[in-house]
This record gives sequence, C-alpha cells and structure tokens, in this order.
Amino acid sequence: MNYRIILHTLGWVLNLEALAFLLPLVCAAVYGEPYIPLFAVCIGVCAFFGILLTLRVPKKKTMYSKEGFITVALAWIVMSIMGALPFVLSGFIPSFVDALFETVSGFTTTGASILSDVEVLPKCLLFWRSFTHWIGGMGVLVFLVAILPLAGGDNLFLIKAESPGPSVSKLVPKVKTTATLLYRMYFALTLLEILLLYAGGLDMFSSLTISFGTAGTGGFSIKNSGLADYSPYVQNVVTIFMIIFGVDFSLYYMLILRKFKDVAKSDELRVYLGIILLAITFISFNCRGLFESAATAIRYTAFQVASIMTTTGFATADYDKWPELSKTMLVTLMFIGACAGSTAGGIKVSRIVILVKSIFKEVKLVSHPKSTHKVMMNGRVVEHDVIRAVNVYMAAYMLIFAVSLMLICIDGKDFTTNFTAVASTMNNVGPGLAGVGPTRNFGEFSTLSKLVLSADMLIGRLEIFPILVLISPYAWRK
Amino acid sequence: MNIIIVGCGKVGQKLAEKLSQEKENNITVVDLRRSVITDLINQYDIMGVCGSCSSLDTLLDAGVKEADILIAVTGSDEVNLLTCLIAKKAGGCQTVARVRKPEYAKELHLFKEDLGLALIINPEFTAATEIARVLRFPSAIQIDTFAKGRAEILKFRIPENSMLNNMLIRDIHKKIECDILVCGVERDDMAFIPGGDFVLKSGDNISIVASIKNGTKFFKQIGIKTNRVKDTMIVGGGATAYYLAKQLLATGIKVKIIEQNPERCVELCSLLPKASIINSDGTDNRVLLEEGLEYAESFVSLTNIDEENILLSLFAKSKMKGKLVTKINRIAYDDVISGLDLDTTIYPKNITAEYIVKFVRAKKNSIGSNIETMHMILDGKAEAIEFRVNEASSLTNKTLEELNLKDNTLITCIIRQGKVIMPRGKDVILPQDTVIVVTTNIGFKDITDILL
Repeated sequence: MNYRIILHTLGWVLNLEALAFLLPLVCAAVYGEPYIPLFAVCIGVCAFFGILLTLRVPKKKTMYSKEGFITVALAWIVMSIMGALPFVLSGFIPSFVDALFETVSGFTTTGASILSDVEVLPKCLLFWRSFTHWIGGMGVLVFLVAILPLAGGDNLFLIKAESPGPSVSKLVPKVKTTATLLYRMYFALTLLEILLLYAGGLDMFSSLTISFGTAGTGGFSIKNSGLADYSPYVQNVVTIFMIIFGVDFSLYYMLILRKFKDVAKSDELRVYLGIILLAITFISFNCRGLFESAATAIRYTAFQVASIMTTTGFATADYDKWPELSKTMLVTLMFIGACAGSTAGGIKVSRIVILVKSIFKEVKLVSHPKSTHKVMMNGRVVEHDVIRAVNVYMAAYMLIFAVSLMLICIDGKDFTTNFTAVASTMNNVGPGLAGVGPTRNFGEFSTLSKLVLSADMLIGRLEIFPILVLISPYAWRK
Repeated sequence: MNIIIVGCGKVGQKLAEKLSQEKENNITVVDLRRSVITDLINQYDIMGVCGSCSSLDTLLDAGVKEADILIAVTGSDEVNLLTCLIAKKAGGCQTVARVRKPEYAKELHLFKEDLGLALIINPEFTAATEIARVLRFPSAIQIDTFAKGRAEILKFRIPENSMLNNMLIRDIHKKIECDILVCGVERDDMAFIPGGDFVLKSGDNISIVASIKNGTKFFKQIGIKTNRVKDTMIVGGGATAYYLAKQLLATGIKVKIIEQNPERCVELCSLLPKASIINSDGTDNRVLLEEGLEYAESFVSLTNIDEENILLSLFAKSKMKGKLVTKINRIAYDDVISGLDLDTTIYPKNITAEYIVKFVRAKKNSIGSNIETMHMILDGKAEAIEFRVNEASSLTNKTLEELNLKDNTLITCIIRQGKVIMPRGKDVILPQDTVIVVTTNIGFKDITDILL
C-alpha cells in the first residue's frame, strides 16, 4: 500500500475544499452577513491540513486499484467532516452528527435534511449547502484529475472509483482531458440552467442554489416548502434539467462530436426516457382527481417523477398524500435511479437493463440448455466481467439495505418511514414517505440512525465498493 | 497528435509505453483480446478498443478519422497491410506497418508505394542489421550510426587495468590523442551524462561519440582490438538468422547455423548456399563443442526462447573468448540481464519501437529542424537524436558556451558539410548543420527543445 500517495491526494482534496469555501465567503460578503470570519477559519483549517499533506511529494507515484478506491473513500469522508464545520461553528446545527449528516447529504447529492426550518439559515450557509451538491455531483477527484498534473494512467482508478455505473470508460485517450471535458459539459449545462432561471424572473441567489441542486441531482432547497412556491416556468425548467442531468454525460460528448447515431443506439437512454414517460402517464392518471386540470396534473407528476427518478429529491407537491399506487411507483423509481455516468444515484438504468436481460438469458437457457446467448447492450456484447460485477453489486446492495433497515428499526418508527428512509438515502434521493416525506425531515432519528443513514448515503454515492474496500482488512494487509 | 496502435503484442505494448510518455500524444490501442487492453489501460494513460483490427467499425471506434498516425503491429503481415489500407481510405492518416515475412522482403517498396504506407518495419531485418554491425566491430557492445554512417556512438565496457581506469573525462583528450567525446556512462543500474569532472572506472559501460576513423583509432590507443570477426556460430535458424547470415556472408564472414528443425535446415540450405547448416539441437552443449564453439570468433544465440538464449551465451562465454550476441524477445528484466555481463544483447522489440517512435516524433516537429536519426542509448535511459538545423533560430550563430542547455543534455557532435566536428565551447551551430544531441529528457522534437 502506497500510503504517501493516498495522503498526498487527500491533501489536494482539502486544498480544493479550502478553495470551495471561498464562494460562501464571497456570498457572505455580498449579502453583508457577519460570517466572513467563520468561513475564513474553515479555509484556514482546510488549507492547513491540505498544505501539510501536500508538502511532501511522494517518490513513488504509482496508484493501483486499491489505493484508488481507498483514496476516494477517505476523500469523501474527510471532505464531509470538514464541510460540516461551518454548520457547527455558526451554531445553526450545534450537534456534530447532525451537521455531518447534512454535509454528507449535500456532497452525496442526496438532499435529505435534518433541519425543520431552513429559512432561518443565513444566505451564505444556504449557498454552501447547495454548493456541496454541485461539488459532489461530478465528483471531487474527477475535478482533481482535471486540474492537477498527477501521475499518468493510474488516475483512472480514481475516476473509476468515483464515477457511477457498471463500466466506467474514458471519453478520450487521456484521463486528464476526459475529466476536463466532463467538467466543462457539467459547467456549461449548469450555467445554462442558471441563465434560464434568471431569465424567468428569479433572483440570482435562488437561480444559483436551485441550479446547483439540480445539476448535482441533489435536492436541497432554500425554502421550507421546497420548490412548491415557484412559478410553473421555474418548475418546468427544473424538471427538464433534472432529466438532462440524469443522462450519461458521454452521450453529450457524442452529441458534440455529432455522432447522433451512437446516441440513438443507446439502450440505457431509451429505457430511461421510456420509464419516465410511462411513470408520468400512470401516475398523472392515478392522481387526476387531486388536481383541477389534466395539464396541472401532468406538470406536477412530471416534476415529481423526474425528481425521484433522477434521485434529485426536489418536491413541488406532498406526494405522501397521493394514492398508494402512485406512492409505490415513486418508491420503485427511487431504486432504479438514472443513467450510469450521470450525476444521479440509485441502482442505475444500465444495471437494471443488464439484470433484466440476464434474466431473459437464463430463461432461454432453461428451455434450450445447449444454446449460446450473450447479453447485448447498445448493440454490443456485455462482457462477462461486467455482468458479474452487476450481480455482485446487487447482492451487496440488498444486503447492506437489509442491515441498515434493521439498524434504523431500533428507533421504533413505522415500517414505511424506515424503509423509505433507507431507500432514499442509499439511492441519494432525499425525501421518502410518511415520517420522512417531502414536508418532514430526518431530524427525529437517533444519533445511531443518523450515522447509519450517512454511511448509506456515502455507500450509495460511491457505489458500495470503495467503502467496502476501505473497511476490509484484505486491502490493508501487506 | 492522435495515434492508433493496432495489435498489442510485445512491440505494441512497448510503443504504447514509449509514445504515451510524450505529453501531446493521444493514444488508442486496438486488440482482439480484452484482457491485454485492460492491462494496458490500467498501466498507461491511453484508451483501448476491443475488436477485430482490420474491421472498419473497430477502426472508426478507435477514431481513425481524427487519427494522425496508425501503426499496425499485429502478428500477421497480411492483417497489418489490410488495416493500413483501410485506415488510409477511411481516415487519410499516415500508416506504419510491420511486415516481417522474408518472402515479402523484396516487395516492400511496392507495398510502400502502392498502398501508400509511410513506413514499413521488419523487426527481424533491423535486428539482424544491428547484430551484423556489432560483429564487424566486436569490441563495442552497441553501435549506433548517425549522419549516414559518418559518426557513431559506440558503447563498450572498460576492461580491468585499462588506462581509462580512474581517469577524469576532461583529461581523456590530453592523454589519448584522439578526438572523441564521452556521452554516457552506465555504472550499476545508474546512467549518467557525465561532465568533465567525472572519474571513469573499470567495469563502467561507457558510450563515446566519434567519427568512424577516430573510433577505431581510439580503441587502438587504449589497447582494445578492433578486428572484425572472421566467423560466427548462430544457434536458431529463424528469420533473423537468415537476414544476419545473408549480410555476413556478403561481407565474407563465415557463418555456421545450428537449427533443430530438419525442414527449416533444407530451406536454409537453398536460401544460403554458402553457409554451413547443422541440423542438430543447439542447446546440447556436446554439439556446440563438436562444432568448434571454443575456436569460434563469435557466437550469436537467436532461438525463440529468451531463457535458452541467455543460458547458451553464458555457456559460450565460459568456453570461448570471442564476441557474444544474445537476442532477447520477450522478458523484461533489463536490469538483471545487463548485470549478467552478456556482452551484446539485442532487443528486437526495442529496436522496432525506436524506429517507430523516431518516425512519429519526426512527423510532428516544425519545419525549423528535422529529426534525422534517433537511438535509445544507455539501456534505454537516454536518447541520442540527430537534428538537421534547417534555418536560423535562437540557437544558431552562438557559441556553445553561451547556450543555456537543459540539464542532462549534451551537444555531442556537429556535422558540417560532411565533416564531423567534436564541439568545444567556442564552436557554433550554423544553419544546414546536423547536430547530435544526447539527453535523458524524453521527447525532444526540435533542436530548440534542448534550450532551457
């Protein structure tokens, strides 16, 4: 194990976080809030540890698979601990565990909150809360790789460990260029949304925070009512952008390269859009009685479906009061999640497609035991390694889900609350149903439950294995 | 520069390694075997495409439309040629193919013109040429020629009790009246580009730059024989042995080839009527002794198994005093092998990679100056590059003392109108000169790159 390179990279993550703290500091300055020293202290702490760790440049720059995974897992934990500082120091979230939950929820783009009243927070803290979504959406280490001249091909392991999806590949031969391209597209799309929201009459602060929340598919909002009080225009723009940020970013790169045929061939995209359309149709039909017109029904359902499917977690309606069929469908959507290679959480459409196709393959094999079948996706054969990884992922996912659920049950809440709490944190959605519904929050859970749910959020965002590698003795053994 | 490497065998992997070290190269590798691709991607900063090399779909996936150079180095000549043909039609990039079968050797220029190939490489032939060169000048371990053969970089080991032992490099041209320049020293696992204060020791491998005449003179002065060998014994009768025998016989060196396969022996007999072909197992030491290993002036092991070659050479070393050449194809323990004191070792994959890297680098440099020749020296730890200076730049018309060179970079030789000049501080580089630079900085493309 190359400890030096792990610490060195962690140092750079902290330096980056120190830079990120500059933005809420500027925000505090712009709105004249008395929190400039607070963020200055945060920057100081991050930069101190960051510079301390980066000062020693490791001689051996090789980073193998396990170093990559462990670096990513540690980076996210360290980053969350530091990110919780402003909440604790400002006194708005006095309990450290609560603040950690809130920050993990931000970085993992979950959007689950323990705050019952967010409107009392000063603007700079609200800004930081939303900005964590944007940082966590595309990933910190991807950003690090994009800007830092770290050693060559080995950085691929960092991106692999941080990016969601069953098989992560590069857009272009160079890791650095790939990372830069991803961030450019991410930045451009975010900017577009900010401008569209601003043009729709929102003030700059709201446009920024809502866009950060959408881009990272996070879901923190700056009002207690979520996005319910905003105009239909704003809600529609957000709906469309949530769907956009749930699409695999490599498809946007192909669009830039004008490879329209390859985009059209993408099974994942078609299934993703298909599920969204189907869900909107069914749920709006099911809920038609709750709204005055079909158009409003569709608008509200579209927002909710897009928000849950892309694991954003914004809400414009209290879907906890919707019919059971609609609620169940929404919870199912939580598990599916959006496309691999996007900023969203969940199991990912591509994994579902591969799993369903493998089931068909097995069924065919039963009737014709000697026949040969291969799972195909996007017109290509899916390698056996990928299928194996997807199967193991599912098994691990369900196991962790069950264990978390039992740990949460100790609090003695009702089943719907517990089940949807775990589902929404592990899939990085945010709100669930009943006790954690869109109008409620996670504040009532015990400390243990909050820690379990925070771990679930990290496990969900990093897709299980980095965290498992981090805690497994095999990786640390010499 | 976008480069596609088709075929990830020994040479393909070496190329991926060497070319990915140069920052501005975007490399995509193509192979049928996914495991090889995954390994390479994890090792170097490159992209991989898995698929049939000569299919248009695969090549399009690999981005042949945007590619500048496609290098086809699969195991099959035919696939290489077909791939280049398709790539040329689909993307209009420069193409490089490895064509190794001796039966195609005569048609190479035809392929080159009719199929529009930019470069054809035959690793066996290049390796054979290299071996032949060493056999003509057996006191050197490695010989690299520059300026169309006018200047050479010679590598040799300083013998015990040599007059060079404990000599300062600055003192060499005072004590030995010969115009040469020491451009590299290898000691243990380290390689140096030495300054004047460097002290040479017995057992060092040193590389010197000299004109052909001065090289021979220098060896005479320090008491090393420079006669070329009169005969050679080759174990293994593959393509390299054939090319080598052909070149040696043409210069009047007697050749004895020991080959196990009787059919191949018959074939060699008809191809090389002047050589004596022995049909026997070359790894049987009795056979070697019976065929007069002890009296041979040189011994070349060219079987397909590297370990066998190494052992054969070690055995030969214990029995004879002559020149040893060992071919190593596959195994990668360069440091260990150089510690075995095997005299000359030839790595065909490195030679091939070197040729292609030179070609690629020469393709992307500016008009100002051109790479004429490039060789890896000091066990691949440094490059010796011959630049043609076409026009005036920040570097011309200044004395060498005034130039601010990068670390570990040495101007070793200036060739002006066919005359080899060993440069001193007061010399100048003029347009139309060719300059040989030795450096451990990888990736120089233009003569001005040597400046800080």
